[in-house]
Amino acid sequence: MDDLLRDFLTESNENLTRLDGEIVVLEKKPKDRELLASIFRTIHTIKGTCGFIGLSRLETVAHAAESVLGRMRDGELPVTPEVISDVLGAVDVIKTILAGLEQAGAEPSGDDGAVIARLEAWLTGAPAPAARPAAPAAATKPPAAPAPVALVPAPPAQAAEPAVRAAEAEPSAEAGDAKPGIAESSLRVHVTILDRLMNLVGELVLARNQLLQLSRTEEDSVYLAPVQHLNRVTTDLQEAVMKTRMQPVGNAWTKLPRLVRDLCQANGKKIELEQHGADTELDRQILQAIQDPLVHMVRNSADHGIEAPAARKKAGKRECGTITLNAYHEGGHVILEVSDDGAGIDAAAVRRKAIERGLVTETAAAQLSEAQVLRFVFEPGFSTASKVTNVSGRGVGMDVVRSNVERIGGTVDVSSEAGKGTVVRIKIPLTLAIISALVVGAGGEAFAIPQIGVVELVRVTAESRGLVEDVHGAKFYRLRDSLLPLVDLGETLGLPVEAERADETIVVCQVGDSRYGLVVSEVFDTQEIVVKPVGRLVKHLTSYAGCTILGDGRVIMILDTAGLATRGRIGERDEGKTVATAADERGSLRGSERRSLLLFDVGEEAMRAVPLSLVARLEEFPANSLEAADGRWLVQYRGSLLPIVPAREGLEIRARDPRPVIVFSDGIRSMGLAVEEIRDIVEDRVTVETRAARPGVLGAAVINGKATEVLDTQHYLQLAHADWFGGAAEAAARTVLLVDASPFFESLMTPALGAEGFQVTCCRTGSEALARLEHGEAYEALLCDVGSKATGGFELGQQVRANPAWQGMPMVALTGRVSAAQERRARAAGFTHYLSKSDRGAIVAVLDEAHTELEEAAA
Amino acid sequence: MSATRQAATGGNRATAGDVEYVTFRVGEQWLGIPVVMVQEVLTAERIAPVPLAPAEVTGFLNLRGQIVSAIDLRIRLNLPRRASGERIMNVVVRDRDELFSFLVDEVGDVQAVGADGLERPPQTLDPRWRQVCNGVVRRKSDLLVAVSAEKLLQVAEGTA
Repeated sequence: MDDLLRDFLTESNENLTRLDGEIVVLEKKPKDRELLASIFRTIHTIKGTCGFIGLSRLETVAHAAESVLGRMRDGELPVTPEVISDVLGAVDVIKTILAGLEQAGAEPSGDDGAVIARLEAWLTGAPAPAARPAAPAAATKPPAAPAPVALVPAPPAQAAEPAVRAAEAEPSAEAGDAKPGIAESSLRVHVTILDRLMNLVGELVLARNQLLQLSRTEEDSVYLAPVQHLNRVTTDLQEAVMKTRMQPVGNAWTKLPRLVRDLCQANGKKIELEQHGADTELDRQILQAIQDPLVHMVRNSADHGIEAPAARKKAGKRECGTITLNAYHEGGHVILEVSDDGAGIDAAAVRRKAIERGLVTETAAAQLSEAQVLRFVFEPGFSTASKVTNVSGRGVGMDVVRSNVERIGGTVDVSSEAGKGTVVRIKIPLTLAIISALVVGAGGEAFAIPQIGVVELVRVTAESRGLVEDVHGAKFYRLRDSLLPLVDLGETLGLPVEAERADETIVVCQVGDSRYGLVVSEVFDTQEIVVKPVGRLVKHLTSYAGCTILGDGRVIMILDTAGLATRGRIGERDEGKTVATAADERGSLRGSERRSLLLFDVGEEAMRAVPLSLVARLEEFPANSLEAADGRWLVQYRGSLLPIVPAREGLEIRARDPRPVIVFSDGIRSMGLAVEEIRDIVEDRVTVETRAARPGVLGAAVINGKATEVLDTQHYLQLAHADWFGGAAEAAARTVLLVDASPFFESLMTPALGAEGFQVTCCRTGSEALARLEHGEAYEALLCDVGSKATGGFELGQQVRANPAWQGMPMVALTGRVSAAQERRARAAGFTHYLSKSDRGAIVAVLDEAHTELEEAAA
Repeated sequence: MSATRQAATGGNRATAGDVEYVTFRVGEQWLGIPVVMVQEVLTAERIAPVPLAPAEVTGFLNLRGQIVSAIDLRIRLNLPRRASGERIMNVVVRDRDELFSFLVDEVGDVQAVGADGLERPPQTLDPRWRQVCNGVVRRKSDLLVAVSAEKLLQVAEGTA
C-alpha cells in the first residue's frame, strides 16, 4: 500500500470518528451553523482527497453527502432526523469502503446507487417519504445503529447487503483476523515532539558517556554492571528515536514518475523509471534537502542523457530508455544513485570546455583522468554553456546538486561510459542531529568545527613560521605549492589576544571549492556532538552553525566555516570569478578567484600578468620587421598593419630580436603588446588588490608568492587605437550599460564586449545606472551584476521595469554564482536573462540577439 | 550546583485578580516580572561566552541539556558593570519556546499586586527603566518597577 493511501486512511478514519459524533449532535442542535459547516468541511475534505488519489466510488458517495450538507448549511434544507439518517447512512458506506480499502489496498467494488439516490432526492426538494421506509433497509445498515468506530472490516455475514458487498468480494478478507487496522497501529505525532525526543536522547548520550568515563576509573565498582546496562539501553533508545524521524526515501521520489512522463511528452522520448530501495530510510531533514537535487538529476538524465528513440535504435539499444533510482545503506551513509542508459558524457568535450573556460590549463588537463575531467560538470555554470550541453548531454544545475548535497555533509560523484550511460552517485549521512566535530581552542575558549569541512591540520612551529607570509596585511601560508589564505580564529571573533603562542595549528577548511586556513591555538580532540540551535539573540551571527554541550556540561559554539571565511574577508570563491565585496574600509577590493593568467616580463623587477581570456595570440616578430611611423610602432601582420605598444615606457622595441608580442584582437583590428619575455601561464586562485593607481596597471596580485602586477589591457588598447572605444560610428549604435561594483570585472567585460562591437558604459551602482537612464541616455541592453549587494541589482531591475519607456530593453542579470533561487529573484525583478559572469559567449549572444531584434524592428 | 527554588512559594498570598511578581534587584533598583514568565531561579551558573554577540548577551548556559541565553540586566539597562566576584542570580524565563536567563544581583520574594496597586510610571522615571516599564508599585520603603520580560528581550534582539 503506498504512503499516500496510508496517510489518507489514517486521516479519514480520524475524521469519520469525529464526524459520527458531530452528526449526532447536529440532530439535537439543528441550528448550529458552525457544527454544520465543520461537518461539511470534513466530508468535503474526504471527497477532495478521494478525487485526488482516484477513489471514484468513495468520491461519488462523499459528493452526494456533501451536496445535501451544503444545502443544509445554506439553510435551503431543514435539518430533520430523516436527512440526518440518510447522511449517516452515507457515512457508513464511506466507512465500509474505507475498511475494504484498508484490507485490499484498492477500492472494493459495490453499488451505492440506493444511498446516492436517497441523498439526491433531498436535493430535488422532494424527500420522497413513500420510498423512505423501504430504502434504508435495502441499501445499507440501519442508520440507527451506526457501525462501530473501530474499522475492523465488516464480517462477511453482513455481505447480503449491497453496500457491504465489498467485504464479500474480498476473498482473502480474513474476517476473524484480529490484526489491527492501520488506523489503530499508526499515530500522528507532531515533528516538534520527535525533535524534542531527539534532543533529550542526545543529552542522555552525553550523560551516559560521562558515567562510562567515571566507571572506568574505578575497577570492581558496584556501579559497573548497571552502567553497562544503561549503556546498552541508551544506545538502543538512541536508535529507536532516530528511527521515528526516519522516512523512506521513496517519499522524495513521488514527484519523479510524473516529471519523467512530462519530459517524455515534451521531447518525444520513451523512458522508463525504475525504483529500487524506495524503503531505505533517511532523516526527514536530509530527505527534504535532497528533494531538489533529485529532480535536477532525473531531469538531466531524461533531458540530456537518454537519446531520442531513433538515435537509440541506431545505436542498437532499446527504443525505450531507462532511468534507475537506487537507494541503499553503506556504512553510516545512504547512497543514492541516479543512473541512465543514455549516451553518456563526452569526456573529451568536457575537457575542451574546461580548458576553454580557463578552469584548467591545457597541460594540466592532459594529465587528468577521465573521472577527474567529469567532475567539471559540477562547476557552476559549466554546462549551461550551450555547446557542452548539446554534445555531452548533461548538466543544467549540476552545481546546484553539488552545493545542496555538500550542505548536508554529503558528496556527489559522476561516472559515465560513452554510449552506455551515466551514473550520478550521492553519498549522504543518515542524520544531521549528531555530527562529528573537531574541538579546538582559541583566545582561551573552546569551539567545535564540523569535521565535514576540515581537510587537514597543519602544525605551525617556530621553525615553520617562515612559511607564513604577510601580503598587504593579509596572511598566507605556503602549503605545498599553493598559498593558503589564513584567518585567525581568535582575531576574527574578537577574542583577547593570547600572550604567548609558541605553536599554533592551521585547520585547513574547505568551503565550496576554495580552501582557507583557520588558525587556532589548540586542537583538543574529535567528538560526536549533538547540534543545538543557537537562540534568537545570536542567530544573526553567521560565524556559528549552532552550539553543543560537551560531556562535562560546558556549552561551546559550533563554527560555520563558510561564515567565518566571509567574516575573515577571504573572498568567497565565486565560480572561478571574482566576488569583490563592497569596498572595505581601506578602499581596496579584494577577491580570491581562480583565473588563467599569462605571466610575462617587461624588464622590471615585478612580473606582469594579463588574463589569458583577453589574449588573442602570442607572436614573435623579427626586429627588422618592426617599423616606426609617426612615433608609433607597426608591423606587417596577416595582410594589415598591427600597432605595437611597448609594455613599459622606454622599452626599446628593436632591442630584442625576435621581439615577443602579445596580440589582442577584436576581429577587425588588433594590437600587439611588446614585452621582454613571456614567462608562463598559471592557473591559480589569485587575490587582486586594486589599489594601484598607475596607468596601465590594474592592481597587484600574489602569484606563486610573488607580487605581480596585473595589466590593464584597456589602457593599452586605448593607446593603440585612440578610436577603439572612442565612439566610432558603428560602435555608437550598439551601446550597453554595465552595472558592476567590481572594477576588475569591468576591465574584463569592457574590452571583451568592445571586441564584439559594443560600446560599454560602466556604473558601479544601480542608482548611478538609473540616473544615466533617467538622464535620457539610450542603451540597447542593460547588464547588471546581481551577485553583490553593493550593486543593488534587483532594485535596479524593478525600477527600470517600472518605467514604461524602458519596458522593452533586455536586461541581463549577471552572477558569479549561478543559483536557481537567485535566478527566480532576478526574473521576478524583471531581468530577461540570467547568465554566469564568466560565460562571455552567452552574454554576447544575448546582446547580439537584442541588437538584431532592434535592427529588424527598425527595418 | 544549581539551587532551584519554586518561584511561586514565598511571599504574600494572592487573591483573585492579583498578579504575582517575581522581584529581583539590579543595581539599586528592585524590579518585578510576572511569575508566570519565570521558569526557575538559579544561583551562579557557568556561562559560556559567545564571541561577537551583543554586549548584553553574556553567553549560554546549560540548563539540564537545554541552551539558555543569558542576558546581563546591568548591561541591558546601562548600569555600571558588576565587579568580579559579586553575587549573580539567574532568573530563567521562557518566551516563545526559548529559554533566557536574566542575570541579576539578588532575588527577592514573590509579591502579589492587585489591579489598583500598579500605577503608571511617574514622569520622572529614569528613561532606561521607562522603555521596559509596565508600571510601578509603591512599597513601604521603595518603588518596585514592574518590567516586561518581552521588552527586555526585544531590545537585546534588536541587533539581529
